[in-house]
Amino acid sequence: MKILSRIYLILVFIFLYAPIAVMILISFNSGESTTEMQGLSLYWYREMLRDSATLEALRNTLVLSISSAVISTVVGTLAAVGIHKMRNRFMRGAVMSVTNIPMMNPDIVTGISLMLLFVFVGTLLGLESYLSFWTLLIAHVTFNLPYVILSVLPKLKQMDKNIPEAALDLGCTPIQSFFKVELPFIMPGVVTGLIMAFTLSFDDFVISNFTSGSSFETLTIHIYSMIKKSVKPDIYALSTLIFAAVLLLLVVYNMSDRSERADAKTEKRRTLRFRGKEGGAAK
Amino acid sequence: MKKSFLERASAYPHIVWSVLFIIAPLIFVVYYTFTDADGAFTTENIARLFTSNYVLIFVNSVCLALIATVICLVIAYPLAYIFSRMREKWQRIMILLIMIPLWMNFLITTYSWMTILEDTGIINSILSVFGLSVHMINTPGAVVVGMVFCFLPYMILPIYTVMSGIDEKLLEAASDLGCSGWQRLTKVVMPMSLSGVISGITMVFVPSISTFYISQKLGGGTFQLIGDTIESYFVGTAINYHFGAALSLVLMILILISMAVMNHYTDAEETERRRIK
Amino acid sequence: MSMNGKKLIELRGITKSFDGEVVLDNISLDIYEDEFITLLGPSGCGKTTTLRIIGGFESPDSGDVFFDGVRINDTPPYKRHINTVFQRYALFPHLNVYENIAFGLRVAKVKDDGEISRRVREMLEMVNLKGFERRHVTTLSGGQQQRVAIARALINKPRVLLLDEPLGALDLKLRKDMQNELKNMQKRTGITFIYVTHDQEEALSMSDTVVVMNGGSIMQIGTPTDIYNEPKNAYVADFIGESNIVDGVMLDDFSVKMSGQTFVCVDKGFGKDTPVDVVVRPEDVDVVSPESGMLRGKVTSVTFKGVHYEVIVDIGGFKWMIQTTDYVAPDAVIGIDIEPDAIHIMNKSEYSGMFGDYSSFSDELDALSENSEEEED
Repeated sequence: MKILSRIYLILVFIFLYAPIAVMILISFNSGESTTEMQGLSLYWYREMLRDSATLEALRNTLVLSISSAVISTVVGTLAAVGIHKMRNRFMRGAVMSVTNIPMMNPDIVTGISLMLLFVFVGTLLGLESYLSFWTLLIAHVTFNLPYVILSVLPKLKQMDKNIPEAALDLGCTPIQSFFKVELPFIMPGVVTGLIMAFTLSFDDFVISNFTSGSSFETLTIHIYSMIKKSVKPDIYALSTLIFAAVLLLLVVYNMSDRSERADAKTEKRRTLRFRGKEGGAAK
Repeated sequence: MKKSFLERASAYPHIVWSVLFIIAPLIFVVYYTFTDADGAFTTENIARLFTSNYVLIFVNSVCLALIATVICLVIAYPLAYIFSRMREKWQRIMILLIMIPLWMNFLITTYSWMTILEDTGIINSILSVFGLSVHMINTPGAVVVGMVFCFLPYMILPIYTVMSGIDEKLLEAASDLGCSGWQRLTKVVMPMSLSGVISGITMVFVPSISTFYISQKLGGGTFQLIGDTIESYFVGTAINYHFGAALSLVLMILILISMAVMNHYTDAEETERRRIK
Repeated sequence: MSMNGKKLIELRGITKSFDGEVVLDNISLDIYEDEFITLLGPSGCGKTTTLRIIGGFESPDSGDVFFDGVRINDTPPYKRHINTVFQRYALFPHLNVYENIAFGLRVAKVKDDGEISRRVREMLEMVNLKGFERRHVTTLSGGQQQRVAIARALINKPRVLLLDEPLGALDLKLRKDMQNELKNMQKRTGITFIYVTHDQEEALSMSDTVVVMNGGSIMQIGTPTDIYNEPKNAYVADFIGESNIVDGVMLDDFSVKMSGQTFVCVDKGFGKDTPVDVVVRPEDVDVVSPESGMLRGKVTSVTFKGVHYEVIVDIGGFKWMIQTTDYVAPDAVIGIDIEPDAIHIMNKSEYSGMFGDYSSFSDELDALSENSEEEED
């Protein structure tokens, strides 16, 4: 039984890592083929770093994902606080249902629905090109919001309701109480939300595909257009670098996670649940 | 105590945002579905959906998505069970290993699969040593492989989460009451992990049925799925927002119905559990 | 003593309901300077809501709250000279002990670090937590967290300290110690303490004044001795300590008939032939020989309690509880005597007949009902 499950595990992992292994291997190819290894070299890495369009796309992606992550974290955290304190059950249910829509809907529908809105408003205003950085930013904030809200809400629920009351009792105004007591308490949830929003935004292709204009190209869209033409190993080189960066971040994040052993278990479950839910949006 | 401004108004920006960018866009989907290029009311877009080639596209998409979902479930369930019985430290590592491929952009990994599955690709070069060759690329099978690869972790994670929450003592109690290993699985673990399975199925089925890139690359455009069709009406040469909106609307309704069915199962299970309590 | 002090807080006709359910029904209460007052009652009696209205966390639907003669219905908590020790302490988990205690000073914009440090140390000394400044609050035991919560609430020198079941989460030994400490602290600081508990023993041993509440109303206000010796109705008699509550008829002043016998008592003014409730505390009943007893009955159970035996006696179908230091055998027939001043007469009330019969009494049930009371919100 033990042996069987080992073999099974190994087979699944081979399946999951085969494309990544291929990608890494071919990024070091010295030839132009993406199917045949002609020799090892760093040629494509140099080539990629020399390509100004790729670097521009990387810069764009960073600008977009950082700003959308920050905006959605601020709006989402405030929203979570408001939703948490809503006493009207109907209102609360309605807001939560609408919030969950971008998570439930297939990305392609979210993408085209936003596109139709932009198209309609754009033509109404008589704009020549209605898709730009701004429409992309709106789209990204929209699909990030539910993830931020859902990572902050559980923290708020964990907080003894006497804690903000204690702050008021000791002389804080409600605003002071929020910044001095509530925000520090929910901070882990806010940070998780921020990181999640950033990665979702960084990785998104489907929604960006429908909401970005030709004036602003993100990395995933750049890759998409490169693949459409002809694929050279430079895309693999780029992806390998991104993969390495992500791996590094994950390892660091997991190391720092250990310091919070106390509620590591619940924390882990929760993150998993949300990571799991990314399925709806990330692909 | 009167509610402070913060309590009253902090959700407002989000509510306004949701109305503008979640609800309004969906209304536009409906609006475009029922109008033509001149903005006049029409049901022609809906009628066109029921012509044979679009029905075929829908049937194809549903079938492929179902197959991918079932395969994911079959692979993921035993895997999640194995994970959940490992030591805590190993569980962490395994889950991390399952999550890492998720961080790879699926445009790239799908392209890697092309390299693997092509007629001159990696698998066939290995097989050629034995004088064999299998045609895999540009078949529905290749598309399913691509989907399973992309969405398998989303099946594993929720099932694992529920299973790791099952108390070891409960399993011991089951053994104590005379359950064999197999009975333990069917009588205790399976009913308790149902909610994880349900969310796993939704999380795999929804993106599978709406995917457009995987089928283009691995299916080689030999057959179309809903996702491809929708995309072609919005970004491409044959732009038709109105018909594209109609397609999306139907896709959305299809998904809503399947989710409602799924939720019905979880709800039934919930009430059942409550009644037992 | 306290009654001679100045009136500090007045509640006038306070009514409050949540979701259509009346939690407080027209409550009026005066609280004096330098008083240790306890709101006592079971879960859901409205004691915590009363406290929260005084603290400013809830506002009454009708009625007024006065502080020092000024109406404070709409004054938010942060503008009241009142501080609170919360049930589960509600310490700020991101701050250490020192910063938790200094919180009130920092919010009050005390700029002088020397003064903050001096006052925090003073507080730590008062609650016996010297040397704990840098400790993280999550590493403290329940009792230590409790002390930090008290220090944090007292540093701003409030005129009133509200304590919401502060000892509920502590074990018995620690509870007893903390009761004494709290009482001493109140005496030393001269701050008015308003204390909420469901534990009658705690209420009796600490308070200057006890307010017994039930179902959103005040049953009785008085000193612990008043409440114990002169309960106003069957509810209070039953809630405070153990009581045998027997149906009786006041024949005349100083004369009451119960269980078919006429007893001499010290109460008067009820009128002739008035039905009343008669309260007799178990420790006030003397066991005598069956021949010489005023009443005679059969022992149905005997439980050894350490200090005394708890004996249940069936007298004419009514089960009495008697506490005696002399052993009596189960099934024995015994006589009992009751002194005139051990008999307490109460007017009939809505609670008559509901309490004071020990026919279904068991320690376990009592313990169970006490536990379920800890849930109050």
